[in-house]
Amino acid sequence: MPVESAVQNQTPEISIRNLNFYYGKAIALKNINLDIYKGKVTAFIGPSGCGKSTLLRTINRMYDLYPGQYAEGELIVAGKNILDKNVDTIDLRAKVGMVFQKPTPFPMSIYENIAFGVRMHEKLTRNEMDDRVEWALTKAALWNEVKDKLNKPGTGLSGGQQQRLCIARGVAVKPQVLLLDEPTSALDPISTMRIEDLIHELKREFTIAIVTHNMQQAARVSDYTAYMYLGELIEFGKTDELFIKPQDKRTEDYITGRVG
Amino acid sequence: MSHMQAKGKLADLLFFNLTRTVAFITLSLLGGIVISLTWSAWPSIEKFGLGFLTSSAWNPPAEDFGALVPIYGTIVTSLIALAIALPISFGIALFLTEMAPTWLRRPLGIAIELLAGIPSIVYGIWGLLVFAPFFGQHVQPLIAKTLGKLPVVGSLFSGPSLGIGILAAGIILAIMIIPFIASVMRDVFELVPPMLKESCYGLGGTTWETVSKVVLPYTRVGVIGGVMLGLGRALGETMAVTFVIGNASLLGNFSLFMPGNSITSALANEFAEASPGLYTAALVELGLILFFITFVVLSLSKLLLLSMEKQNGGSAH
Repeated sequence: MPVESAVQNQTPEISIRNLNFYYGKAIALKNINLDIYKGKVTAFIGPSGCGKSTLLRTINRMYDLYPGQYAEGELIVAGKNILDKNVDTIDLRAKVGMVFQKPTPFPMSIYENIAFGVRMHEKLTRNEMDDRVEWALTKAALWNEVKDKLNKPGTGLSGGQQQRLCIARGVAVKPQVLLLDEPTSALDPISTMRIEDLIHELKREFTIAIVTHNMQQAARVSDYTAYMYLGELIEFGKTDELFIKPQDKRTEDYITGRVG
Repeated sequence: MSHMQAKGKLADLLFFNLTRTVAFITLSLLGGIVISLTWSAWPSIEKFGLGFLTSSAWNPPAEDFGALVPIYGTIVTSLIALAIALPISFGIALFLTEMAPTWLRRPLGIAIELLAGIPSIVYGIWGLLVFAPFFGQHVQPLIAKTLGKLPVVGSLFSGPSLGIGILAAGIILAIMIIPFIASVMRDVFELVPPMLKESCYGLGGTTWETVSKVVLPYTRVGVIGGVMLGLGRALGETMAVTFVIGNASLLGNFSLFMPGNSITSALANEFAEASPGLYTAALVELGLILFFITFVVLSLSKLLLLSMEKQNGGSAH
């Protein structure tokens, strides 16, 4: 598999080696080998059930919450194999933020939605916190829309605004990596466009991994694309190359719409 | 075709009127209860006026009645029950939804629900014959030696260790309402979308942070509903309380060790032997007061919810 040779001159932020993932006895990821590069957007595409979301949820050990799910192999973040039992998942998740398919604002004010996560990891003064909240909301291109109603509930915003609030919330704890799990699947086209613009802005500071159903979206936002099928990584490479001249027949079938 | 439509319309109309009728019957029953209670209590209301609420006298031969002792007993036992049951139920619900291994969740949950099915008289007998003697011999002396020595609070835990009394009744009530509060809490905790919880874990939140800052606020309407269900049951519980509260219509001091009386136990104990006239009227007025207390508690909980809604904004419930 031409994984290693596909990309040169990039620093890996996350290195995945021989990764297998199990839901109880069922295997969901088979021998995945892949690098996610620093400051780049890596998109994961593939038909439903191919394991792309599972792979994302392995990177922040979200599967830990559910009994019977486990991973084998190596998943190196900042020089450490985060699949080790003794890895502090709280610490890991502060470094690897996540945004979900649907907006999930917490049942609290807009300000608190942002401050809440920051407070779990840092002790800031009131002023520092105000600055951080403004910084995060600005990064998520939401500040201008909400600066006059920071004390209003986060659940009162529109769907697209809520999702940007969730991105701001993730950004606020200053992670190294942002995992976006189909972040626009519940949003209208305009909101989707804004989130995509946002991803372009955010990759200057964060490494981004995005799972998407939408191949056009992958083509628009990502630098690298991984095509997965039935738990296997079929092809990985620069987005332009993968979409223009896929190496694998299965990738070609998928991106031309013959499978999926 | 039009015949069928006409038939459908008629059925709809009938159904609408049927449901409306049953709804209004419930409402008119409620009104009827209030009116008949007030009617039967009238001699007592007329004689004692508002003084009925503040007098601690209860002297049937002299026809001198006051509701202070049973009101105090009802409210204090219920508050003790709530103070004990709330943290325990929360712990149970938390364990069942967030921490227990999957294979343990169902059997443990069912066992706790089964507790709710035990008839209250069983709790009463157990309380009187098993719990109260043990409580009086071993637990009360211990409480008196520790909490009883504290300033101010100490007076709540002073006096003889009789076993039965206000505190014992409160504890029995707590045991009785725990299954209600715990199972409601568990049910509403389970309704929280996994993605919302994952969002908090995903930010590096601990289980405690997730539950206290996300799950509880999200489910507050259901949780308060469960607590009110428990409180309502504690306020109205009769048999178990009657067995262990001591049934003494006196209010010497505010020690929780002292035997007392509750509205429901006064009614259960005395109604059969009450002479018609003022005695019966006074007992009925007690019932009316209990009705009023439950009404106030319910209204307060609704108000609490409304103000929380304004503060924090809506949740899915």
